[in-house]
Amino acid sequence: MSLLEVREIGKTYGSVIALRDVSTVVNAGEVTCVLGDNGAGKSTLIKILAGVHQHDRGEFLVEGEPVRFSSPREALDRGIATVYQDLAVVPLMSVWRNFFLGSEPTTGFGPFRMLDRKKGRETTKKALSDMGIDLRDVEQPVGTLSGGERQCVAIARAVYFGAKVLILDEPTAALGVKQAGVVLKYVAQARDRGLGVVLITHNPHHAYPVADRFLLLKRGAALGHYEKSEIDINELTRQMAGGAELEALEHELRQVEKA
Amino acid sequence: MTAAIQAQPDERVAKKGLTDRLVVRPEIGALLGAVLVFVFFSVVTGQFLSPLGVATWLDDSSTLGIMAVVVALLMVGGEFDLSAGVMTASTSLVTAILATQAGWNVWLALLASLAFALGVGAFNGWLVMKTGLPSFIVTLGSFLALQGLNLGVTRLVTNTVQVSGMRSTSGYESAGGLFASTFDIGGTQFQSSIIWWILVTAIAAWLLVRTRFGNWIFAVGGSQVSARSVGVPVVRTKILLFMGTALGAWLVGSINILRFASVQANQGIGLEFQYIIAAVIGGCLLTGGFGSAVGAAIGALIFGMARQGIVFAQWNSDWFMLFLGVMLLAAVLVNNAFRRRAERVRR
Repeated sequence: MSLLEVREIGKTYGSVIALRDVSTVVNAGEVTCVLGDNGAGKSTLIKILAGVHQHDRGEFLVEGEPVRFSSPREALDRGIATVYQDLAVVPLMSVWRNFFLGSEPTTGFGPFRMLDRKKGRETTKKALSDMGIDLRDVEQPVGTLSGGERQCVAIARAVYFGAKVLILDEPTAALGVKQAGVVLKYVAQARDRGLGVVLITHNPHHAYPVADRFLLLKRGAALGHYEKSEIDINELTRQMAGGAELEALEHELRQVEKA
Repeated sequence: MTAAIQAQPDERVAKKGLTDRLVVRPEIGALLGAVLVFVFFSVVTGQFLSPLGVATWLDDSSTLGIMAVVVALLMVGGEFDLSAGVMTASTSLVTAILATQAGWNVWLALLASLAFALGVGAFNGWLVMKTGLPSFIVTLGSFLALQGLNLGVTRLVTNTVQVSGMRSTSGYESAGGLFASTFDIGGTQFQSSIIWWILVTAIAAWLLVRTRFGNWIFAVGGSQVSARSVGVPVVRTKILLFMGTALGAWLVGSINILRFASVQANQGIGLEFQYIIAAVIGGCLLTGGFGSAVGAAIGALIFGMARQGIVFAQWNSDWFMLFLGVMLLAAVLVNNAFRRRAERVRR
């Protein structure tokens, strides 16, 4: 049974059809990659999966059971964790305070309940190193980390808090080549730990090495849905870039140059 | 000389100097400033260090300090409350009118004004969260509204702009014992508001760095969107912070009314900026997400020491404003430099 499955799902905002008839599955230990240009409907799809928005057509199944989340918290309780582009970290707060934000460990009771700072620091350090992330100091503000490091902290946090499905929104978008590679390594690591991963990107070169399945979106609809065995990276890139359209554009450009 | 002698700590972490470690504490600038002001006035005037002198500037700092601390928590949470100053008068007035005009027991009147304060605080917070408008403008509105209400209702009830006669009300003595008594150290009388100040500072400091709620305060001020998406109850946290400033204002209002036994309807106006200034001198960022309760208390201490020190030195009190301006600018520059350090983004 798939961890997540959407069947011909659709969403409209007023008169705007943001998403229509999109289907895909997310399995444990596999990466489902959602590709598409800006405005293709990627954000709408992950917002439905993450419980930020509700679908108004089709079916959304979690472990075989139809669901309709009314809040991100509900999705989180079902083990669906989302790492957004802004990473949901607070730059001025320390790494360990960020790591436990919203789920802080406490000790004591009643009005004297307080943060278990020692446990917080040690657990953070351990959870990060389990993911292969070696941070210098968990007391430093998250703002002082590099973009890739911050991404990794956010991923490690989701894994630590028992996510079964990890949704990553453009994790490599703002990163350099090397940093992007590091992040993709942690994506693979999460996958190998048995998590289902939804990777959103518009870079097929980042998607291809780690993904098992590709969902291509365009203008709110599915342009194609492929298993890795069905498509190679060149074809993926071509389709992604608009395929025939791009060829037409190239043709036009050549016309302009000639003139 | 050999590698074997090298100690094991992570080679990527440069050994932090004392300055580096201190610089990240928000209250350090204020502490240095306080020492400077203290030494300066101790040298310049003889009265400053006398027991009576100490009692005077501690007293001046205390009620300001209580408010600076609660305002600091709110500022760390990313919001302002401009109605905080007028609120100290409003609570005094509610207590005084109920006790003197309606004949209520003072304790009961205090409870009523507490409910009133918490209600206004909750309303401020609710409105800010509901509308998404800057709290600066929302609480500017409630500041003006309360100011009008204070004067209007007082004039309506008493035909004057003050309420007095607390001394003859029932329960005045016992309530005064809790809120506005004095204690004796070496023959000098110190106001109990100083104890309240220390108590409020200790609780706020503990709340801020040692509890889960404190973690949430930093988070909602540092990045509200992030805080919300990891499940921090943003609305509840902020409303509680607004109620916290209102609670502080009630405490100060109660201390004032029980100490002076009368209250002017236009009291408290302009104090809101002093609270914010003290909090900023204490290391709070105007943009939220960073600050310290102890720092704000020290900020208030600087305020009180300078204000009374200038009196002791028999200078014109005009100089106080100059001092305040310079102090505030220095604090903002220091805070700003810190934030750049902490928020500096490496790719």
